[in-house]
Amino acid sequence: MTTTAPGAGGEAAKTPAPAPAQAPGRPPAPAAEDGRAAAATGSSPWQLARRELRRRPAVRVSLGVVLLFVLMAATAPWLGALGGWSPEEFDKSAIDPYLGGQPLGSLGGISPDHWLGVEPVTGRDLFARVVHGAQVSLLIAFAATAIVVVAGTAAGIAAGYFGGRTDTVLSRLMDLTMSFPSLIFMIAMLSVAKDVNRILLMTAVIGVFGWPGVARVVRGQTLSLKHREYVDAARVGGAGSWRILTRDILPGVSGPVIAYTTLLIPGMISTEAALSYLGVGVRPPTPSWGQMIAESVAFYETDPMYFVIPSTFLFLAVLAFTLLGDALRDILDPRGGRS
Amino acid sequence: MILYLARRLLALAGVLLAIAAVTFVIFYVLPTDPAAAACGKTCSAERLADVRAYLGLDRPVWRQFADFLTGIFTGRTLGTGQYAVQCDFPCLGYSYENSLPVWDLLMDRLPVSASLAVGAAALWLLLGLGAGVTAALRKDTATDKALMVGAVAAASLPVYFTSVMLIYGVIRVAGLLPYPTYQAFTDNPLAWAANLLLPWTALALLYAAMYARQSRGSMIEAMAEPYIRTARAKGMPERTVVVKHGLRSGMTPILTIFGMDLGGLLAGAVITESIFGLPGIGRLFYGALVSSDQPVVLGVTLLAAFFIVVANLVVDLLYAVIDPRVRY
Repeated sequence: MTTTAPGAGGEAAKTPAPAPAQAPGRPPAPAAEDGRAAAATGSSPWQLARRELRRRPAVRVSLGVVLLFVLMAATAPWLGALGGWSPEEFDKSAIDPYLGGQPLGSLGGISPDHWLGVEPVTGRDLFARVVHGAQVSLLIAFAATAIVVVAGTAAGIAAGYFGGRTDTVLSRLMDLTMSFPSLIFMIAMLSVAKDVNRILLMTAVIGVFGWPGVARVVRGQTLSLKHREYVDAARVGGAGSWRILTRDILPGVSGPVIAYTTLLIPGMISTEAALSYLGVGVRPPTPSWGQMIAESVAFYETDPMYFVIPSTFLFLAVLAFTLLGDALRDILDPRGGRS
Repeated sequence: MILYLARRLLALAGVLLAIAAVTFVIFYVLPTDPAAAACGKTCSAERLADVRAYLGLDRPVWRQFADFLTGIFTGRTLGTGQYAVQCDFPCLGYSYENSLPVWDLLMDRLPVSASLAVGAAALWLLLGLGAGVTAALRKDTATDKALMVGAVAAASLPVYFTSVMLIYGVIRVAGLLPYPTYQAFTDNPLAWAANLLLPWTALALLYAAMYARQSRGSMIEAMAEPYIRTARAKGMPERTVVVKHGLRSGMTPILTIFGMDLGGLLAGAVITESIFGLPGIGRLFYGALVSSDQPVVLGVTLLAAFFIVVANLVVDLLYAVIDPRVRY
């Protein structure tokens, strides 16, 4: 019952390995970095984060890569235009019509004109498609993560703080959601819904299955916070539930939530890619990495670069977010979500 | 214990019922019209109405759902008049596409998916736990770092990329294995394994990476427990300390994920089965989606959910076996 992200129990997203969802009384999850952060109590999380960043070059690199990808996604229309091609523009002069539409030139048609080469048959510019694909992939991943985190935090705080029947109902709902074969269900829902905005739909469908993971972490954290002295003090002082929840509990759970969120993102990216790979994600001609990989599989022998380029981008994005998430978990949540 | 089991089984039935209801509503109420799919492309309005009546789609949704549920336990007669067919227990309906009971289709495909999932699971446990425990015992050495970097990298590779690379490298270039075609284990165990080796590897790499990360963490934690020091102090050989005391308690968190993963894969390896062309449940599901074959989609979803909840139950029961501190 520990695996949490959407695609858990499926083959789409194995990367989210956050193990914080601890049922009470279960043996502990892997402690992250053995008390390093604990030793530095007294510093604010941001100071800790900066210190950690200085200590570990791998974290610096992954942070750099993550920022690069985010920048790339955010500025896709302009960055894509730098190469001089729009993602849906055909370039028949870059392919060889007598060789089944193979890109002209070596390495999949990489040239000063097409920086990452072109698609076989259509001659569409791969640089433009990869950059625009980053926008679609990351937009869906971030938006789905936002849904998951907001819904999960709300449900977790409510379950933990109010207890009783609220807790029972919400916990049952979490168990139920986690029992859904999520990948199968996502595929089915995406293929049933026909004429809707694919990006919105994908975000919603991916988001629906992820919240119980966050909710469990937050619930556990809330349970341990709600009887602390400062919360009792606020209650005695006449603060209402809403005020206690937002002023006293929420800040206390934010550390683990931030760490967990970062570890959710690579899973979301992989899930989006897997769904698009299976052909139920965004519709052509809109590019997304998973869909580009799916289209390129047929060409992996004749035009390997076409297959390798989107795969590399997907791989790097998932890897960088995972490394960054690992580091953040070590800093903000050194004991894996328990307190 | 008996009481606990009874309570869990009841909860399990409840979960499955809820999943069936949600699935039913989504796939029978949403826009796609199964009757139109069953009727084919050239279909008159009159004939469509006939088909709807024949499939029982003209009745209220809750009645259809109730019929579906009774069918699972008692079997039912589908359709009316001369075209009526008897669908025996456990009746999950009839496939629109190839007019076979959904249950038969599922059971026909299950050996393939089970072979894939179980073989891959054995491989990833071996690889993942091996790497994780090794890394934990040599914490902070170069071996540890190399193993963990490898694990993060492997976990970041999409399974379709690994699969294609394996097919290309092992089958096309090296010619070491034939292109996978499923052979039943009972026919020829050797051919069975040879054909499944690549799909196993592709899946195992993905999962092993996560298991390595998890088991490293829990092993480090377990090896720091006081009873490990006691065991060492008694003069117990290090191997026994690691295997009998460390590994045993370090495995409990792993078991939780393992149940989920194996349960999820039994009917959920859609991508791997498609890439390697294995005729398993995942591919059945994908084909059914393409042809709007609702009964099959519903059947696969239910079966997949069933595997997940049963796997969870088994895991929870196994806790008591592995960890003597757990009591029910």
